[in-house]
Amino acid sequence: MNLQIDKSGRLKHFLSIDGLSEQILTDILNTGESFASVPEQSVKKVPLLRGKTIVNLFFEASTRTRTTFELAAKRLSADVLNINISTSAAVKGESLLDTLRNLEAMHVDMFVVRHCNSGAAHFVARHVQPHVSVINAGDGRHAHPTQAMLDMFTIRRHKPDFKKLRVAIVGDILHSRVARSQIMALNLLGAAEVRVVAPLSLLPTRLDSLGVHAYTNLQEGLRNVDVVIMLRLQKERMQNALLPSEHEYFQQYGLTEQKLSVAHPDAIVMHPGPINRGVEMDSRVADGPRSVVLQQVSHGIAIRMAVMSMAMRSQASEDEA
Amino acid sequence: MRLAIVNAHVIDPANQTDDIGNLYIDAGRIVALGRAPEGFQADHEIDANGLLLCPGLIDLSARPREPGLEHKATIASETRAAATQGITTLCCPPDTHPIIDTPAVARLIRQRAELAGHARILPLGALTQSLQNLQLSEMAALKAAGCPAVQSTQPITNTAILRNAMLYAATHDLTVFLPPYDHYLSHEGSAHEGAIATRLGLPGIPEAAETAAVARDIALAEQTGARIHFARLSTAHAVRMVARARFDGIRVSADVAIANLFFTDMDVEDYDATYHVSPPLRTQNDRNGLRDGIAQGAISAICSDHQPHDDDAKLAPFSATEIGMSSMELLLPLTLRLVDEGVLSRSDAIARLTSGPAAVLGQDIGNLSIGKLADLCLIDPDEVWTFRREHMLSSGNNAPCHDWEFRGRVKLTLLAGQPVYNTLEPALTGNTL
Repeated sequence: MNLQIDKSGRLKHFLSIDGLSEQILTDILNTGESFASVPEQSVKKVPLLRGKTIVNLFFEASTRTRTTFELAAKRLSADVLNINISTSAAVKGESLLDTLRNLEAMHVDMFVVRHCNSGAAHFVARHVQPHVSVINAGDGRHAHPTQAMLDMFTIRRHKPDFKKLRVAIVGDILHSRVARSQIMALNLLGAAEVRVVAPLSLLPTRLDSLGVHAYTNLQEGLRNVDVVIMLRLQKERMQNALLPSEHEYFQQYGLTEQKLSVAHPDAIVMHPGPINRGVEMDSRVADGPRSVVLQQVSHGIAIRMAVMSMAMRSQASEDEA
Repeated sequence: MRLAIVNAHVIDPANQTDDIGNLYIDAGRIVALGRAPEGFQADHEIDANGLLLCPGLIDLSARPREPGLEHKATIASETRAAATQGITTLCCPPDTHPIIDTPAVARLIRQRAELAGHARILPLGALTQSLQNLQLSEMAALKAAGCPAVQSTQPITNTAILRNAMLYAATHDLTVFLPPYDHYLSHEGSAHEGAIATRLGLPGIPEAAETAAVARDIALAEQTGARIHFARLSTAHAVRMVARARFDGIRVSADVAIANLFFTDMDVEDYDATYHVSPPLRTQNDRNGLRDGIAQGAISAICSDHQPHDDDAKLAPFSATEIGMSSMELLLPLTLRLVDEGVLSRSDAIARLTSGPAAVLGQDIGNLSIGKLADLCLIDPDEVWTFRREHMLSSGNNAPCHDWEFRGRVKLTLLAGQPVYNTLEPALTGNTL
């Protein structure tokens, strides 16, 4: 049984790309399009989720993701509560389930969850009351599906036909929930080729099972690609002896205009942010004409509005039934 | 009390017995096989026609959670569950609270088991004080207090300390139980490093976590002459390494947890914390390699690796849950299923639960020789029944196999001639359930 889909085939929880259909992904993108114009209107709100309560339950620090979820909820007219657990209850020994139960008692309609353990959002979805929806805002190394969808949205705006696309994802694939969700979304949407580029110490095993081609050389990995997605590199990777230094990483895997020259001339450059300039990417690329990094951020609001409203629609239809 | 068990199919691998026969018990000990001793008058005779008569099973690793974690289970609750499974001896790893690194704790555990009266517990002594892997425990004293072996429950990263521990344990003729995994390659992981973990984003434990540790420890065993035992193998590769070492005459043995003979990393697919175990469930290929290992005898024993938990222990995201299954009540049912699946003969299967673990411990138990305490069980090999969590006697419900159908069930368990579990002979009195 698929936890994410309700009896009528609608999105009930949004936990991972894995297990969803191409149709649902396309629905999310299309719904996102309908919301993309909302921020440009003088009145930025639509009343779709009026009277609903959404809790941003973040067990890991986040600025960008939490802010865009909050804005998305507010533009849908929902009431939003932000709870950062990394500094409160978890430290006092309160379990995830206890935290959840306590919040549920306040009649919450949706949880947006970020947690350091893979599978945390699935766990929450399995234990909430039946009328509550759960959106995964990042769980461990597993999934960050709204990030992947806003990336797909950004790609589609520039390159409408996924079937023709060669995409390279560059960086710390091993620890990246963003990469896993992007890979699954791209494959589901029919991308011609998905590549990952990283040193072997940052590549997980059995990547073939995810349907990607692995490269350890950036120049080879970027040849003729239409989309370059750079991942953020965490500082602790140096401490764990996965990499020697940021300097050498930039030399080998940092994106410069010169290295980008082997990609397709129209190639776009993406990054989930925040960028470590001079580590993952040269500023000239980050701020250059091919960079769509800031578009990604604003698309994040539209996509999160889309996902939230679709999950609530599932709730509404279940209420009627 | 004098008891005669007649017409049983006796499976006693230690004595190479696999035949119809009779067994006679007097004052808790086996006094004769085949024909009754001169003048033997049975107080009670059991016609065991169609039943298997086996030595009481020995489980090399079961955690009764007492002392220290009585909210999960107790010696009384878990030994009672053991009795229903024909298990008359279970080995308790030293990571209790307090740790089994003093004779007092070892005696306490044995006495609590005696008091409960369902099964024996052999406490495994800590190899090092407080299991800190720094200073040796008082092994001679632990042995005198009834510890048949010493164990380290966490990998010893300091190779010099491990070598000294082996030499000192060998001085006292104690088997050294070792965890066959490298600390650094495994401590962050929660699932087998492979396609499933990659997709689920679970930090992986590579095969080399096991093979690197096994290679090092075999080299040390060869040089020290110590008797070492790998507690819970999980990879096909390590099974081959152990088989080779045994062929070369190195004193090394190994066991496998019953779960690793049935489940694989595919079972982790849904983040089901029931399958969060250590060592991790690995690939189909590894599972088959482990099965080959028990069939060919490279692996001496199958154990339950029983770890009962309270419900909360498994109510968290996968990696954050406590490890282990409540599996004692599945040890025999699943082992008999291996026989049905053609993995090994019935007598070999019973050997892995009796004479095999006895040899690992270096103890003359797990057999039906004359003069031995009558620890034994009668099994109906044809009874079909369904395993349900709600019917478990263990305090931990964290078991797999819910709703599985099994063939073969224990009908009677005797501990020193006393019935500790009995659904066979209502007339046979004793400590029945």
